[in-house]
Amino acid sequence: MASILENSGFNPDKELKVVGTNPVKQDGPDKVTGRAKFGADLILPGMLFGKILRSPHPHAILKSIDTSKAEALPGVKAVVTRDDFPELPLGSPGGDLSRNIMAREKVFYDGHPVAAVAATSEPVAKRALKLIEVEYETLPHVIDPVEAMQPGAPILHDHLRTKGVEGAEDSPTNVVERLDLAMGDVEAGFAEADVIVEREYDSKPMHQGYIEPQGCVANCNEDDQIELWCCTQGTHVFRDRLADILRLDSSRIKVMQSEMGGGFGGKTGFYGEPLAVVLSKKARRPVKIVLTRNEVFRCTGPVSGTRSRIKMGCTNDGKIVAAEAELIFQTGAFTGSMFFNAPHAMFTRYALDNIKTTAWEVVSNRPKVNAFRAPCVPQIVFGVEGIVTELANKIGMDEIDFRLKNAATEGYTTLYGATFGPIGFVETLEAAKKTDHYNAPVKPGEGRGLAAGFWFNRGGDTTGSLTITPDGSVNIMLGTSDVAGSRVSISMMAAEELGVPLEKVRANFADTSAIGNNRVTAGSRTTFSSGMVIVDGARQAIDKMVARAAEIWGVSPEEVTFEDGHCRPASANVGDFEPLSIKDIASRTSVSHGAIAGHSEMNVTGEGPGFGVHIVDLKVDRGTGRVDVTRYTVIEDAGKAIHPLQVEGQYQGGAVQGVGWALNEEYIYREDGTLDNPSFLDYRMPVASDVPMIDTVIVEVPNPNHPYGLRGVGEVPVVPTLAAIGNAIGDAIGIRPQSLPMSPPKLLELMDGGETKAAAE
Amino acid sequence: MTELNYAAPDSLDAAVGMLADAGAGARILAGGTDVLVLLHGDLIEPELIVDIKNIPELTDISVEDGAWKIGAATSGMKLMGHEGFAAAWPGVIEGVALIGSIQVKGRASVGGNLCNASPAADSVPPLIAAGAVANIAGPGGRRDLPVEDVVTGPGQTALEAGEMVVSFTFPKRPPHSGDCYLRLTPRTEMDIAVVGAAVNVTLDDGGTCTAARVSLGAVAPTPLLVEDAAAALIGTPADDAALVALSEAASAACDPIDDKRGTIAYRIKTAGVMARRAAETALERARRN
Amino acid sequence: MPKAHVSTTINGDEYEFLCEPGQTLVDVIRNGLGLTGTKEGCSTGDCGACSVMLDGELVCSCLVLAVEADGKNVDTIEGMAEGEDELHPLQRNFLELNGLQCGICTPGILIAARALLERNPDPTETEIRFWLAGNLCRCTGYDKVIRSVQAAAEEMRES
Repeated sequence: MASILENSGFNPDKELKVVGTNPVKQDGPDKVTGRAKFGADLILPGMLFGKILRSPHPHAILKSIDTSKAEALPGVKAVVTRDDFPELPLGSPGGDLSRNIMAREKVFYDGHPVAAVAATSEPVAKRALKLIEVEYETLPHVIDPVEAMQPGAPILHDHLRTKGVEGAEDSPTNVVERLDLAMGDVEAGFAEADVIVEREYDSKPMHQGYIEPQGCVANCNEDDQIELWCCTQGTHVFRDRLADILRLDSSRIKVMQSEMGGGFGGKTGFYGEPLAVVLSKKARRPVKIVLTRNEVFRCTGPVSGTRSRIKMGCTNDGKIVAAEAELIFQTGAFTGSMFFNAPHAMFTRYALDNIKTTAWEVVSNRPKVNAFRAPCVPQIVFGVEGIVTELANKIGMDEIDFRLKNAATEGYTTLYGATFGPIGFVETLEAAKKTDHYNAPVKPGEGRGLAAGFWFNRGGDTTGSLTITPDGSVNIMLGTSDVAGSRVSISMMAAEELGVPLEKVRANFADTSAIGNNRVTAGSRTTFSSGMVIVDGARQAIDKMVARAAEIWGVSPEEVTFEDGHCRPASANVGDFEPLSIKDIASRTSVSHGAIAGHSEMNVTGEGPGFGVHIVDLKVDRGTGRVDVTRYTVIEDAGKAIHPLQVEGQYQGGAVQGVGWALNEEYIYREDGTLDNPSFLDYRMPVASDVPMIDTVIVEVPNPNHPYGLRGVGEVPVVPTLAAIGNAIGDAIGIRPQSLPMSPPKLLELMDGGETKAAAE
Repeated sequence: MTELNYAAPDSLDAAVGMLADAGAGARILAGGTDVLVLLHGDLIEPELIVDIKNIPELTDISVEDGAWKIGAATSGMKLMGHEGFAAAWPGVIEGVALIGSIQVKGRASVGGNLCNASPAADSVPPLIAAGAVANIAGPGGRRDLPVEDVVTGPGQTALEAGEMVVSFTFPKRPPHSGDCYLRLTPRTEMDIAVVGAAVNVTLDDGGTCTAARVSLGAVAPTPLLVEDAAAALIGTPADDAALVALSEAASAACDPIDDKRGTIAYRIKTAGVMARRAAETALERARRN
Repeated sequence: MPKAHVSTTINGDEYEFLCEPGQTLVDVIRNGLGLTGTKEGCSTGDCGACSVMLDGELVCSCLVLAVEADGKNVDTIEGMAEGEDELHPLQRNFLELNGLQCGICTPGILIAARALLERNPDPTETEIRFWLAGNLCRCTGYDKVIRSVQAAAEEMRES
């Protein structure tokens, strides 16, 4: 039988009873009553409180650490430093990871951990930190990635040599990798162009901004079995990385996920969690570590700041003939930015023949970057979609028509080698063109911007189980994390398959010892991938129920069908049998044949790329450069919206995160290399009064590789935002900004420059 | 390592005595929205926290012959909910309304906002523009100080050891008076002023400006009383020319720094813009009154 | 450290505890009393996740000393539902209209929104947005939060 990956069984004509409705999510009632348990909410008997000592220097040799006075403080039960971690090879993935969570030879950024304490209370732990004596030899630091690339820049890692450059000198560098990608003939393409636009852009790191600081409780028992409770986007990944840096068998570690108070990519990697584990091993008691907001900003997260030069050309009749880009990504102190996403995705949505990109990843004295919705893509699309709109304007073509003329369709082979199946970019653009927003006149004094975006969506290693209980209700075990409602969406698909009401289905988190591997919840993969394995599991369970019904009736399984939650004779010829419900079968056969269950583990493939278009209206205050967003519409292809309200929520949340990144969010460093704005007060995320309602249009061009046609909706919603806002500001003030964030001082300066220029002409 | 103690005296004398005894080791707790952030950020290590909210005079609001008096520890929400005061001094209320969230204003007080001595405190420019006076109690008895003389530098005040601000008194308002406070921040709320501007004006029956006070926040080490900007209005019909002059005088008075919240050039330029906008609203209010 | 003895009423129940004078109310109610429904997101009054009512005033419990709660009434999210099965209309509307995603900001938003509707049963969208400006949410973009408050307000006005 073909696997679900080869034949999803997608049927566009299937009448759906559960999928496409908006039930209350099962984890909701506990969340509105304060009963849901997040990372910081677990309290264990005998639990200690851990605190982390962090470097005040951006770059220094760690000469010595004396913890004796801290250890002597009453109430202190354990102190750990680099000496409590195995020394792993420099430059290896584990070596980098280990050195990021606890500095070894050097500290590489303001806030880099150098020691941790577990004590009977948080105040005692804080007092103990002050008693630890650390001797640093400070080194020159470098914050800006372009400066870090220059000869003579302070070098972070002596072992680092640039990957991807042939014949590179054998000398230390801050450039981790150069990645060249090309298709077609860019020079020939530009030669055909009637209009060419080339511009430079820059962006600053932003933080994922989840409201829940990382919190965990680690408990190492007397058999050296480790339990870690934490808010994570990937329990198995945490387990395997812990095993790697602690040199333990993975089976010795059980990672359990709490509810997660926002992650957006930022909780795909760990920070305080390994320190809690090692403290617990040493203290023989459970240890809780909850990061402060200051620690969250200084030491976790952020996304890559970038510099880019982008060039695109088109003919007068609106065909984009070539595109070229040079991109620089800062990755923080260690590699891992996923910068390759940018060249892969930046132009992908247009059916271009000629593309050439060069991308660089560079280390500097900042915290290691982490993933954020569509890692490394929105800040580059900021430039690309600015140029696309500018080209359309230059040749006098409607900007949606221009995008439609160049839109990729099924069969297009991308720069990264994939050939598109059925995709919905054209449908999304057409839906945008029909919106009230696009057809309403721009209000006087306002500007309007539009931009499009793409994300691959991901699949990958996924495991899930589905069990039919003897009373016919259904339990689902998931090993992926639920970041915003995947449990209910997956339950809905199971209910649909099994023909039972949603109330009969409960989805649960399994810890890492209870279920096989799962990749992190990232890349918009969870509802898609876990949905796939659970539907597969449901179908296995159905096959078993069919076989048992056949046995009960004394017929062959081929003579039994399953529909609406019942086994029925496939035709009148089979015999006159009363349909058997799931409960009838499950209650009767578990004693004879064992429980009915379906289990599925697979590397899920068949993901359907997603496309979105954003339209935004805004006002720019001529006197101050402040921006007020007045109207916003997100149009995006979901493939199929399993739970439309949640899909809308993804669109709206992504857009507003993008509004913050576009207008105000940035990391600001002092001259001394320390972070100047590690608080919600000065890291300015949008508040409720900063934004209007966010209108949404859900386009549904099904992905036939999935049983219910879905794509993924987690990343696309933030991809076009920065560009759409940039284009709207350009429309409002006549100059399209090229530097993120587009904060009031920058816009006022742009407007002043504009006035001066106009006066001079 | 110092031990922290907490006291909540119910009389002014007791509070002043405690503050005088503890000297530099004491911190006053009114709303706590600044002092607790400092305490838990390990930026201060006091031996004694004196909670002054149990002292009746500190949270009282009264009016006598048109002159308002507000307790220094009155919470922002209580002040904003006081219809009489809010009608008399809308500009002061605009400043108070911008001190953090509803939650923060449920605790934060004007006295605390002043004594935290930030150049960017939102309620201070409108108090200065209003001509409010701080009533101070200390070991040496009571004294009054114009609000513009209380803050002497970032984090520094003119209060002597053991002294505390008890209340603020406001002058009686003549007819045709109006005030306004506006601040510039990138976000609509939850932000620290990049520039704050307060204007308080009085017109005669013919619409000529007879009195004006202009105050700017976040553009110098302390909130400023900008007499040149006021002079640009006084004696004029407060027309466009006068407003242009006011705006220029406001910009000229700035002595800001470059920091994460704004550049020198940006602050100077927008101080003029915000001062003019505040003046326009204050004048509109004065014309209506 | 000298500990202070505090008697307070939380959600109508009497509590007594010892705390250090510098401890915050959120620290004591979460870690001391185990009422973990109140969340702590920043400890500086900038995110609103720790919102509670203190003698009827909406405050951030990270900016209140636990000793200040002596003799006062504290209301937290745990006391919001009116009986065992009876969710507050705000809680129900947040569930039905998807006014929450990850849920970490939800207790604070619900407490703040209830305080708003007690003062102003018919707030405009703008009034809701400014009232909730002290409650950061990173998931929803606020749209469904605002709609949930509007729907609850309408329901409460009609009942």
